[in-house]
Amino acid sequence: MQSKTHQFNANVSKALSDKPLQEILGNLSQGFPKKRAQAKARLPEFDQLRQKAAEIRAHVLDNLDLYLERFETRVIENGGTVHWCGDASDARTVISDICHRVGARSVIKSKSMISEEIGINDYLEEQGIEAIETDLGEYIIQLRKEPPSHIIAPAIHLSMAQVAETFRENHPDLDKQRTLETPRALLDEARTRLRDKFLGAAVGLSGANMLVAESGSVVIVSNEGNADMTCGLPRVHIVLCSIEKVVPNLADAWSLLRVLARSATGQDQTVYTTFITGPKRPEDLDGPDEFHVVLLDNGRSKMLGGEFHDMLRCIRCGACINHCPIYSTIGGHAYGWVYPGPMGAVLSPGLLDTGTADDLPNASTLCGHCESVCPVHIPLPDLLRRWRTRQFSDKRTSLVQRFGLAVWTWLAIRPRLYHPLSSMALKLLGIIKPRLRPFADLPAPHGDSFMSQWAKQQSRPNSGDRS
Amino acid sequence: MKNSIATPNVALYVTCLVNLSRPSVGFAAVKLLTEAGCRVSIPEMQTCCGQPAYNSGDQAHARDLATKAMDELDGYDYVVIPSGSCGSMIATHYPKLFADDVDLSARADDLAGRTWELITFLSDIMDVTPKQEGYNGKVTYHDSCAGLRELNIRDQPRKLLATIDGLELNECQMAETCCGFGGLFCVKYPDISGVMVDRKIDDLLESGADTVIAGDLGCLLQLASHLAKRKVPIKTWHVAEILAGLTSPDHAPINPEEL
Repeated sequence: MQSKTHQFNANVSKALSDKPLQEILGNLSQGFPKKRAQAKARLPEFDQLRQKAAEIRAHVLDNLDLYLERFETRVIENGGTVHWCGDASDARTVISDICHRVGARSVIKSKSMISEEIGINDYLEEQGIEAIETDLGEYIIQLRKEPPSHIIAPAIHLSMAQVAETFRENHPDLDKQRTLETPRALLDEARTRLRDKFLGAAVGLSGANMLVAESGSVVIVSNEGNADMTCGLPRVHIVLCSIEKVVPNLADAWSLLRVLARSATGQDQTVYTTFITGPKRPEDLDGPDEFHVVLLDNGRSKMLGGEFHDMLRCIRCGACINHCPIYSTIGGHAYGWVYPGPMGAVLSPGLLDTGTADDLPNASTLCGHCESVCPVHIPLPDLLRRWRTRQFSDKRTSLVQRFGLAVWTWLAIRPRLYHPLSSMALKLLGIIKPRLRPFADLPAPHGDSFMSQWAKQQSRPNSGDRS
Repeated sequence: MKNSIATPNVALYVTCLVNLSRPSVGFAAVKLLTEAGCRVSIPEMQTCCGQPAYNSGDQAHARDLATKAMDELDGYDYVVIPSGSCGSMIATHYPKLFADDVDLSARADDLAGRTWELITFLSDIMDVTPKQEGYNGKVTYHDSCAGLRELNIRDQPRKLLATIDGLELNECQMAETCCGFGGLFCVKYPDISGVMVDRKIDDLLESGADTVIAGDLGCLLQLASHLAKRKVPIKTWHVAEILAGLTSPDHAPINPEEL
């Protein structure tokens, strides 16, 4: 997916002037955040589980090489293949090579943010291979030629009416009088449309929520069942996953699953939780003949052990996004790349070219709501601040801001200058007409500073001795 | 955690915004602390805690200002701040700022341990309920982000406000949602900030409140200026002013006078 993070302000203006979008964003807090709160209330040990989840993820990152190699060994023992890919281009080549080798003319996909990260759909299309999204949200935005606006709900920026309109435009052969007013009707239509595609594709491409080192299994959670069909129906199954998603064993996977859906959609569990371990065995009734795992680094090993190490704990639940007041004001597309919200504002600058995503970590009030709901306790505001520090020390912070802070600090460390000067400035402001004042919107200052008023009060005789 | 010193020596660190735009909050804090039995000092060299620099990634200048603050706040039993945001800068972030500094990290930790936001100090440390003169109004409380999530200030102000005669406290739905101030954020991204505060104001209107109270002047100035822009007659007060009874007719709420 082409990054538009560098034109953040233009993206924001577009989002803020989009009335239907603003209406949808304004109601977001009534959705996932409410459901998460209810799920949390149903599970008294939820916060203990979060602590456990954070520890598991931290342990994995400290021993990533060990668990990845163990995972690879198990996958090979199970009859699968692991492809180590340093960057997006490596991963695209591996995937397209497999497709060409098996003569695939179409690839069915279940939702994968990594596939957005490497832009696989466009790459395959260029080579004459049709890539078909089968997650309902992804299917909708693929029809509309839009990128996802959320990591777990890619079409959350659209109203049902907009989706119905998209279906009518893209399914012209269907009855024009049909009603498309319920989610069920839309889902049924998409399912009917997709059924033949599932049966005709030689390759299924899925993401993965976790990789289990102990067993070589891939864990995929979903709510629509399309992921299972993507993994099980075609002759070849390719799993596309980034390296940090590995976990030691099945027990740890379950610990993470217990916080994942609750944090994301407020479900106790997703409708489907699928463990896939290798290709079809002789005694199996179905399953793919080939099982490939594409392990993608794409900048992550550079973050490992550095200032942004903790970001790699992320399990992609989207809770930080759902609770972010900035996200719910500007929406996901304004962030300009695959990952929106606080997690995106930390991750994207680490994965994209230096300097192209500088606005993202700055466009935050550091309100901390993200950190307070993160199931693996990622200190997101601290990490956002670290990007600001990096930009500042690389002199990428605007000259105005750097100069302003230098002047302010110069004055503030000289109280004998600062106090009389500020007192004078306030007196001056006091005699200017409100309309002509700088920052005219702000309430008028009270004529003099506290420090100056206090000093006067203290020097008056009989002022009482409070200090 | 409760105070065991008979007459604790308290330094009041008023914050830039109180010093420059709302001195009455400082006087309210002096009154509340004195009545709570503290010996209150106002270190006269105090200026800025360094938060704007810190949040801008300007670590060097943040450290300069933090070092200066550590110098002037030495020797007091407690440092009290009428702001969750500046309070948390000292109590939560100074130790991080000096974590790798062998010489200063112990001092930063020591100061952090003595530093309290005003309302939590009165409520949790001094264990007092201020005497007050009553306030007539339908009030809602806005939780400022740093206070709420970094210093766990939620129940303390509500508990104290609930004791005030005539004050009817109602929760609004978005009490814990950021108002969009964010320090330099509202200067750098005024459009996003404006939509955020507009949603807050819609929520305030829905709550039926005639007064919004908060513990941070940043949020209050943001709310007050946008309330005025929309000509919404909801009054804004700092919680210290309400608790100290500084709401007489000759002392106006924070809202701009055009209101």
